[in-house]
Amino acid sequence: MRYFLRRLMQGTFLLIGVSILTFLFSTLAPGNYFDEMRLNPQISPETVAALRAQYQLDRPLPVRYGRWVNALLHGDMGFSFAYNSPVAPLLWVRTRNTLLLTVTATLIAWALALPLGIWSATTLGRLPDRAISGATAALLVIPDLVLAIGVLILAVRTGWFPTGGMASAAVEGLSPVQKLRDLAWHMELPVLALVLSALPTLVRHVRAAVAEVLDAPFLRAAASHGIPRRTLLYRYALRAAANPLISLFGFSVGSLLSGSLLVEVVMSWPGLGPLLLEAILARDLFVVIGGVLCSTVFLVTGNFLADALIYWADPRIRRGAPAR
Amino acid sequence: MERLLIVEKLEKRYASTQLLGTRKEVKALQDVSFSIARGSTLALVGESASGKSTLAYCVACLERLTSGRIIFDGNEITAFDEKQLREVRPQIQLVFQDPARSLNPRYSASEIVSEPLLVRGRLDKREREDRARSLFAQVGIPQEKARQRVAEFSGGERQRLAIARALSLEPKLLILDEPLSALDCSVQAQIANLLIELQASLGLTYLFITHDLAMAGHLSDEIAVMERGRVVELDAADKILQAPGKEATRRLIAATPRMGAADHPPQVV
Amino acid sequence: MPLLLQVQDLHVAYTSRAGTKHPALEGVSFDARAGEILGVLGESGSGKSTLASAPLRLLPGNAEIQKGAVLFEGQDLLRAEPRVLEGIRGARIALIFQEPWLALHPTIRIGEQISDVLAAHESGGRQALRQKTLQLLAEVFPSDVARISDSYAHQLSGGQQQRVLIAQAIACGPSLIVADEPTASLDPTTQRDILQLFQTLREKLNLSVILITHNPALLSGLADRVLVLYAGKVAEVGPTDRVLRFPQHPYTRRLMESMPAGLDESAKARKSRLPVIPGEAPNLGTLVKGCRFESRCTDRMDRCTQRDPAPVVVGDAHAVSCFKYED
Repeated sequence: MRYFLRRLMQGTFLLIGVSILTFLFSTLAPGNYFDEMRLNPQISPETVAALRAQYQLDRPLPVRYGRWVNALLHGDMGFSFAYNSPVAPLLWVRTRNTLLLTVTATLIAWALALPLGIWSATTLGRLPDRAISGATAALLVIPDLVLAIGVLILAVRTGWFPTGGMASAAVEGLSPVQKLRDLAWHMELPVLALVLSALPTLVRHVRAAVAEVLDAPFLRAAASHGIPRRTLLYRYALRAAANPLISLFGFSVGSLLSGSLLVEVVMSWPGLGPLLLEAILARDLFVVIGGVLCSTVFLVTGNFLADALIYWADPRIRRGAPAR
Repeated sequence: MERLLIVEKLEKRYASTQLLGTRKEVKALQDVSFSIARGSTLALVGESASGKSTLAYCVACLERLTSGRIIFDGNEITAFDEKQLREVRPQIQLVFQDPARSLNPRYSASEIVSEPLLVRGRLDKREREDRARSLFAQVGIPQEKARQRVAEFSGGERQRLAIARALSLEPKLLILDEPLSALDCSVQAQIANLLIELQASLGLTYLFITHDLAMAGHLSDEIAVMERGRVVELDAADKILQAPGKEATRRLIAATPRMGAADHPPQVV
Repeated sequence: MPLLLQVQDLHVAYTSRAGTKHPALEGVSFDARAGEILGVLGESGSGKSTLASAPLRLLPGNAEIQKGAVLFEGQDLLRAEPRVLEGIRGARIALIFQEPWLALHPTIRIGEQISDVLAAHESGGRQALRQKTLQLLAEVFPSDVARISDSYAHQLSGGQQQRVLIAQAIACGPSLIVADEPTASLDPTTQRDILQLFQTLREKLNLSVILITHNPALLSGLADRVLVLYAGKVAEVGPTDRVLRFPQHPYTRRLMESMPAGLDESAKARKSRLPVIPGEAPNLGTLVKGCRFESRCTDRMDRCTQRDPAPVVVGDAHAVSCFKYED
């Protein structure tokens, strides 16, 4: 119990630290949103100054940070200059779009990685293992960007998939079921790209964790009791190999918001990634901070989840030092 | 001094934190007193968790006592500071039960044996190699094996290596914590012989920890029986084995498997 | 007594990473009879662990059974179908491995691990399995059965873990148990308790036990017959009293002489030099013609390097593989 409270506190401190740093760096970066406006001869310097005052960009740093935290605690995440709207609903929509992609991709990647990794581990050194290892090596070597663009080229060449975006132009007039199918159709390529980039690492980790366990004496002992092969693999071996995999799963959860930036940008998926990118380039302060904070929340939650799962799954960690 | 090691009223307590932050005190050793004559062997016998290993570590200056005194070679080492202890430690060396785990698997035999010398900065490279060679000869390891790693040694050879390492700093007292338990029976005899020879030729004193009463009876002059952190009986080996006084001793003797027990009637075929 | 298990001319070899073959068992033949405790006396390198795993074909990947047969209940286990073998493992023949803390799964509760064994061979709902598990634990533990059932392996002491392995072994009522060094690294008192448990179970359930150990003292008073294994071959086999007190094979003889009398030792014998067998036992050797003990034997003769000695009967059910007895 103390363990969890400690982790919770650490997470909170992390969030606070991240928010301060992000705030700091964003404001320290040269330029602000209104610089572009100043270049425009049609807008008078007084107007720019007035706008700046309106957004309180001329106040000292700690004051601005203090006001922001206060607003945050009231559910207000600030205002986006570029979109001219409050940050919170903006972030919410984009986050939801991103999660749609990443949750699907994560589930599919894990669903594929487990059997592939186990198959690899049980046929170590033989053809299935060599084939899978070769494929994962190839995928690892290919940079994510190339993967995403490659998938895009596939779409352009074959015309089977949309080349970007989340919805077709005519989507408004469709029935709910048709809208769903349209959404799925648009999701196929980005999800494919994400799965392909995540799969190799997962497969290798599953393979390594299971292979290590397959040699263990308790597995032979269980076999000596006549326990059938299936049970041996999926109940005994997998559970013993679980620890490193659970940590990995925690990372998967942690990167749900941050891992898809590249794919979203390349495939014009309206998620958190492109939003953040634009915001940084435009010095849209509150959007940047809000986005980074969201990602951090997921990261911290992911790690926390991993810790909690390991605690639940491994009694040895629960009880501390072993009895002997 | 006639008695190389004197332990007086040694007490060792551990504090362990339980759930909800309460602290529980574990008395690992209580009121332990004994002494070992120079050149002789005292066997410390008892079940696991009787405190034998804790006692070994305390005597080896690897653990600080909660209270009590240890007098080694005339000096009260419990009153020593770190600097003085550093001078004493080479004179008390440890040999552990499982050589596979106490020897560095990445080092060659020669390196393992000369490591203590290296740490102490005493001899130069040539001298260290010479010393390693003579140690190998003393414990019966063929010189050709000097460059091999622990994995290529048999169980008995590994234990010889551990003993050679312990001897490298020319100790006066050797604390052996179950040195034979992980070995096959016939190999145990070989190592037992080696220990007896070394004691005679180098004048070593042994503190021999074991739960094998038969081997304790064979190797030692005196036996101390431990139970739950206390020494319950201490006497000459003969007396302890022939006429045990305490219940704990009797139990240990009864539990020791003996040869020639004709109490089992042969099965009728 | 009816024969339960017949091992005939078993040859097992391991292939090293370099590709060379090393024999672990060469031409091992023996019988196990119903209701008896057969002690297998073997030191490191004798092939005893291979002997334990071979009949149920549970050898590691680089091991190969080259020749031989293992007859059990009318069939040759070495040639049986995998399905049939799975049915025999744990149900008809049970294996108890060395180092009990390694033989139990670290994160599955003890009770479940026993129920899994039951579920592998018997049908029954969860309630029935749980009941039976508690009953089994009650056979091997004097008390506290429910708590132990809910524990994890690391929460038990070495002796308790060993009892759990025994419970798993007897779960489906096998007729033969093969126990590989069941008391190594246990306290003397725990050791004696475990051995007594074997004795009790043998009588109660009419079990046969093959007890493998390197310590002859354990077998005295417990085993009915003793088989001495040296470097992958049977050196001697016979009634326990004969083999341990009047050993005929030079190896057995030297082995028994090297044991300290300890408890019964006279003051003069104390701290004396024990007679030892010079050198060390070969570990997974290379193929050698002739007797494997020859290089360490004080009774060696010329023909010992030329041929492999065949077993010779020297007494009542007592056989020795040594040229000294051949004429």
